Amino acid sequence: MAAANDHTVLQFASPSPTPTATTAILTARIHPLVIFNVCDCFVRRPDSAERVIGTLLGSILPDGTVDIRNSYAVPHNESSDQVAVDIDYHHNMLASHLKVNPKEIIVGWYSTGLGVNGGSALIHDFYAREVTNPIHLTVDTGFTNGEGSIKAFVSSNLSLGDRQLAAQFQEVPVDLRMVEAERVGYDVLKATAVDKLPSDLEGMEQTMERLLALINDVYKYVDNVVEGQTSPDNNIGRFIADAVASLPKLPPQVFDNLVNDSLQDQLLLLYLSSITRTQLSLAEKLNTAAQLL
Amino acid sequence: MDRTGHDFSTKPKLKTKLNPVGLLDPSPLKMAKSCKGLAEELVKCLSDSMCVKDEKRSIRDCAGEKSPCIPSECVGLRETYFNCKRGQPSQTDSFSPLISSADTVTVFTAGRSFIITVDHHSMATMARSFLQAISKDEAVAPPLRVVQIEGLAVLKVIKHCKEFAPTLVTGQLLGLDVGSVLEVTNCFPFPVRDDDEEIEADGANYQLEMMRCLREVNVDNNTVGWYQSTVLGSYQTVELIETFMNYQENIKRCVCIIYDPSKADLGVLALKALKLSDSFMELYRAGNFTGEKLREKNFSWMDIFEEIPIKVSNSALVSAFMTELETDTPVSQGDYDRLHSSTTPFLENNMEFLIKCMDDLSMEQQKFQYYYRNLSRQQAQQQAWLQKRRTENMARKSAGEEPLPEEDPSNPIFKPIPEPSRLESFLITNQVSNFCGQINGVAGQNFSRLYLTKALHDN
Repeated sequence: MAAANDHTVLQFASPSPTPTATTAILTARIHPLVIFNVCDCFVRRPDSAERVIGTLLGSILPDGTVDIRNSYAVPHNESSDQVAVDIDYHHNMLASHLKVNPKEIIVGWYSTGLGVNGGSALIHDFYAREVTNPIHLTVDTGFTNGEGSIKAFVSSNLSLGDRQLAAQFQEVPVDLRMVEAERVGYDVLKATAVDKLPSDLEGMEQTMERLLALINDVYKYVDNVVEGQTSPDNNIGRFIADAVASLPKLPPQVFDNLVNDSLQDQLLLLYLSSITRTQLSLAEKLNTAAQLL
Repeated sequence: MDRTGHDFSTKPKLKTKLNPVGLLDPSPLKMAKSCKGLAEELVKCLSDSMCVKDEKRSIRDCAGEKSPCIPSECVGLRETYFNCKRGQPSQTDSFSPLISSADTVTVFTAGRSFIITVDHHSMATMARSFLQAISKDEAVAPPLRVVQIEGLAVLKVIKHCKEFAPTLVTGQLLGLDVGSVLEVTNCFPFPVRDDDEEIEADGANYQLEMMRCLREVNVDNNTVGWYQSTVLGSYQTVELIETFMNYQENIKRCVCIIYDPSKADLGVLALKALKLSDSFMELYRAGNFTGEKLREKNFSWMDIFEEIPIKVSNSALVSAFMTELETDTPVSQGDYDRLHSSTTPFLENNMEFLIKCMDDLSMEQQKFQYYYRNLSRQQAQQQAWLQKRRTENMARKSAGEEPLPEEDPSNPIFKPIPEPSRLESFLITNQVSNFCGQINGVAGQNFSRLYLTKALHDN
């Protein structure tokens, strides 16, 4: 048999590249909206379902990273031996989403729950028909093992020489980009209820406090090192030196001038806006109070 | 109005306007299921219900009941089936029949709105009486005090608005109206379209499709308002008011969420919830914006829009995930943005818009001045004419003839001059004050930043 010739190595072949695909998928980047979506769909699932599945939308970057930006749930039925997925729904939602943002295409699918099982393989197969090399994301909403793990898998073929044995879910590193979430503010997104959105000045205050805390920490660290309580770490020392050196070296006179000029500009703007406000109230009084006859 | 004439590079205008187009021909819309399938499901549901099982009545009997004799899904199925038989799309909302209006499905697209009236004749008596009974208890709805948004909806709005900046985009808000809190649990964006007449039906289709799909995954598909992005806070336009009025006709309480993506660069979450005040809505419906009316009601430009405080809530699962995934750095991206001291482009743009608005305002003022001048001139003319008439009458009386009437409606100088509406000037005033407020805020922040750099440098 042909297998006897190459019986040495069980190979993991990387997914065969189609003429259009470029490279194998290396990492997955997930935006926080996807996680929110998945959790929301899980919370709203029909009582009979154990887990929720859905489609992932995003784009594939030329360096092999999959950028997952959006998602939607797809109703499905799962029993021990078969899986039924509402394909029409999937296509309808996809069409609707593409109308809004034609750049976000299917890149894979997600399911809640920890591992992958037989049903997942079938569903993965279905999605493989939609897009080459779909990525499968598991979001552990059950918090087994005491942590909510988010893992991404790609299907790779297990082959023995020329014969295909099976397809295996191979894990792919996940990069959670939280930049937008940070911008919105973790306090707002983390708490179960926030009473009011922080205003500009409150945000400013918080930032200042944090900066102050950081500077204090650095001070303490440097003091400790000087007194010999902590061993000096060259890397940290270099970072600190860089940070301090990044303050521009201006003679104090020039700097003062700069600051004063900016201050005066801001004051001017404030003055202008107050004048405008007075003008508005005056105009309004004149408008509605004017009477003839 | 030259405000609309600004070119896109300076002040993009949201080219959307919601207008009721009237009854939409239901034929191009797809129907969710065939009627026969619905009938079977209805029979199945009813045979499982308490009414048939416990009270042992016939299915036909139970079909006319309302909950709690039969479960609410059966009520919803029944209505869907009846509507299917009439060949019209059914209500979008069967989870909370109290909230959406009883018999119209209003579809709001980015360009038009369609009011699809669902005929409910035989069902109306039963469904309506139930609703009426409930609504009598809630004769006066408590005033809207807080808008509660889920983190999910916030992220979606931000993502959509940011992706398409600087184009202005809109989307629909979905949620629940509970007491004095309006909960927004989800949202979906509208596709950006040019003003094409042919794709009106497309917009309605898209919306119905989205709402139907979302309903299947148990998302509340009850429209509670819409969101739109804005540039530097210049959102007070007549279109906004018209959109509000359109929505208000069909939904008891709706809100508009405004997001400003340009402010996000300064590290501020610029999310605002707006609603038209009730007094303004009455005035608008009367269509009368003359000076005396406004003085009567003591109504000023500040009373047009009411801003409602926003609360953000998250489900426990989401907050657990976020707590786990949060990076441990004490400083976040938001902080970086806030400490960035180059706010000049933002301020410059603000000033530019402010100046343009002031120009508009002065033009409105000139209109008023013109009107007043005309009015006084007309009155002087009237007086002169009246005098002449009086002297004529005296002459006639002495000559023994009939006196002429002292009024002559056919004379053009008696034609009342229409007073120009003050709505535009109010809106402009609102915008100007908005800009001023923004400038104030940013300038204040800049002060803090400048002092910070000074302190750092001294050290």
